Amino acid sequence: MSSNTDFALAIEDLTVSFDGFKAIDALNLYIDRNELRAIIGPNGAGKTTLLDLICGRTKASAGSIKFKNTELTRMAEFKRVRLGIGRKFQTPSIYENLSVFQNLEVSFPKGRTVMGALAFKCNDEVKARVQVVAEDIFLADRLDLEAGLLSHGQKQWLEIGMLLMQSPELLLLDEPIAGMSARERDLTAELLQRICKNRAVIVIEHDMDFVKRIAHKVTVMHQGKILAEGPMAQVQADPKVIDVYLGH
Amino acid sequence: MIALQALIKRYQLASVLVLTLLLAVVLPLALDIFRLNLVGKYLTYAFVAVGLVMVWGYGGVLSLGQGVFFGLGGYAMAMFLKLEASDPITTKIQSTPGIPDFMDWNQLTALPALWVPFKSLSFTLFAVIAVPTLLAWIVSFAMFKRRVGGVYFAIITQAVALILTVLIIGQQGYTGGVNGMTDLKTVLGWDTRTDSAKYILYYLCVALLIASILLCRWIQTGKAGTLLLAMRDKEDRVRFSGYDVADFRIFTFCLAAALSGIGGALFSLQVGFMSPSFVGIVPSIEMVIFAAVGGRMSLVGAVYGTLLVNAGKTFFSESFPDLWLFLMAGLFIGVTMAFPMGLAGLWESHVVPWWAKRRRRDNKASQPIENAASPAPDTETKPARTVAGDLPLLTSLGDVSAQRAVPGSI
Repeated sequence: MSSNTDFALAIEDLTVSFDGFKAIDALNLYIDRNELRAIIGPNGAGKTTLLDLICGRTKASAGSIKFKNTELTRMAEFKRVRLGIGRKFQTPSIYENLSVFQNLEVSFPKGRTVMGALAFKCNDEVKARVQVVAEDIFLADRLDLEAGLLSHGQKQWLEIGMLLMQSPELLLLDEPIAGMSARERDLTAELLQRICKNRAVIVIEHDMDFVKRIAHKVTVMHQGKILAEGPMAQVQADPKVIDVYLGH
Repeated sequence: MIALQALIKRYQLASVLVLTLLLAVVLPLALDIFRLNLVGKYLTYAFVAVGLVMVWGYGGVLSLGQGVFFGLGGYAMAMFLKLEASDPITTKIQSTPGIPDFMDWNQLTALPALWVPFKSLSFTLFAVIAVPTLLAWIVSFAMFKRRVGGVYFAIITQAVALILTVLIIGQQGYTGGVNGMTDLKTVLGWDTRTDSAKYILYYLCVALLIASILLCRWIQTGKAGTLLLAMRDKEDRVRFSGYDVADFRIFTFCLAAALSGIGGALFSLQVGFMSPSFVGIVPSIEMVIFAAVGGRMSLVGAVYGTLLVNAGKTFFSESFPDLWLFLMAGLFIGVTMAFPMGLAGLWESHVVPWWAKRRRRDNKASQPIENAASPAPDTETKPARTVAGDLPLLTSLGDVSAQRAVPGSI
């Protein structure tokens, strides 16, 4: 069992193997509070698997994941969420048949048990929170629209908004700008800079310009290991990184 | 009055009111007591169908063993009735008077301990709901917490149905075996076989059915209903929003089991017997067909589906007894291929738009000026939730997470 730290998230010796193939191999990663960290790397580097391990979608074979000094590796997924971890999936995962308002309402962190959900009332507190988040994610005028009718970029925002409803302390965003127009990318960069205050954010992204704009620090992954870590300029100049990733 | 109208609109109660009117006024006036008693029998299956709308339509989990819970409720009630029918005076020719006749035939000389609590009506009423719910909880807890779903869950429920049937038939001395429990006559001395008693029981059945529909409608319109649809279509998103998906599935399954148990108890009361032929795999699948024909997203539709299929069954099996099973199979295939959302789906996709169009045209013709000032009546827009679930019928057998509803096809 690893010792306690001041980090928001401390990952130590994390390993997961699928039939002998190590998708994540003895990985160490520390994320500060108020930090926006970008993770980059070629396909198959283990980026999404890493997020899966943190949120509980995949079970770790060995090692430790500590969030605010609480060990996560054996905790049920919904308990990790209640602890303050929010996960956005690679393809936007929203409730297409519900309205934008309902999507956000369902994500409000009250009434999470069966009895709680039966007794749940959409009161002014919930409505106010939905309004605030909807403005954050540029969808305040789309609240009554069926979510399936949103553009791809708006769906990405909506999913981020659903996470923000829960005021998470750690946000895991898997390719948040995939399928977005240039204008939407600009807005998203601004959104991410706004929401990374008072919480830690991990972003997986392929778009280097976007990463350069938002990230405080960049981690480069390759074959389940960390290849380099540091500010974008330093990472981009690293010969190892150029060799496996940026050079191609 | 306006508050009442708002309530009716919010919970979409108009269809429930129409159903209540049909069951409580039209049918009793139109049918003689023999036929009405038959309708009452069908309505007891409708409890199961309503439960299936919650579990299958909303929860996305198909159960092929709902007959188990219907049977447990029915047997609990039948045990009470059988004990009352087996008083020492009427059974004095038995070698052990005072115990049910089938026990005597099976050389039992004392009432089994399991049967003793069923001398009490209040315990029996408790057991009618508690026993099915408890079994449902055990099965669903074991399955859903391990994330067993889809086809695998359906097969397990079939196995449970088979096991219970074998158990009931095998333990003849305790259960009445394959004949079931017959000659059920009175409740606390009140003869249930008279015409007036049949009317009272019919109305009790209608009242409880409508109450069950209202309870389910209330659940559907709240957050729990939204979550059920959400986890049917995007299970992972719900889980990673901090919900224990299994808990919600367990709750829904237990709810459906409790409703089925009530239906079973009303069956024993109205029909006067209970047998394993209402417990096994075949009746369980028939009940799924009732819900499918009516529309598995519609509580009211499930009741109509039950009534229609059973009316058809009675009619056809009187006229062409050999053909009935083929017709039933044909009906199921037909529903699957032609209208996967059942009668309620046809109503939503054909009758409602046609009616709205007509009304708009009439309005335009009669008051053109007022219409121009205010927008047209908003009959076609429905809450996004009601269009959820246009899945082809049989994909519900597959992995729940693989399902994707097609929006806006109504």
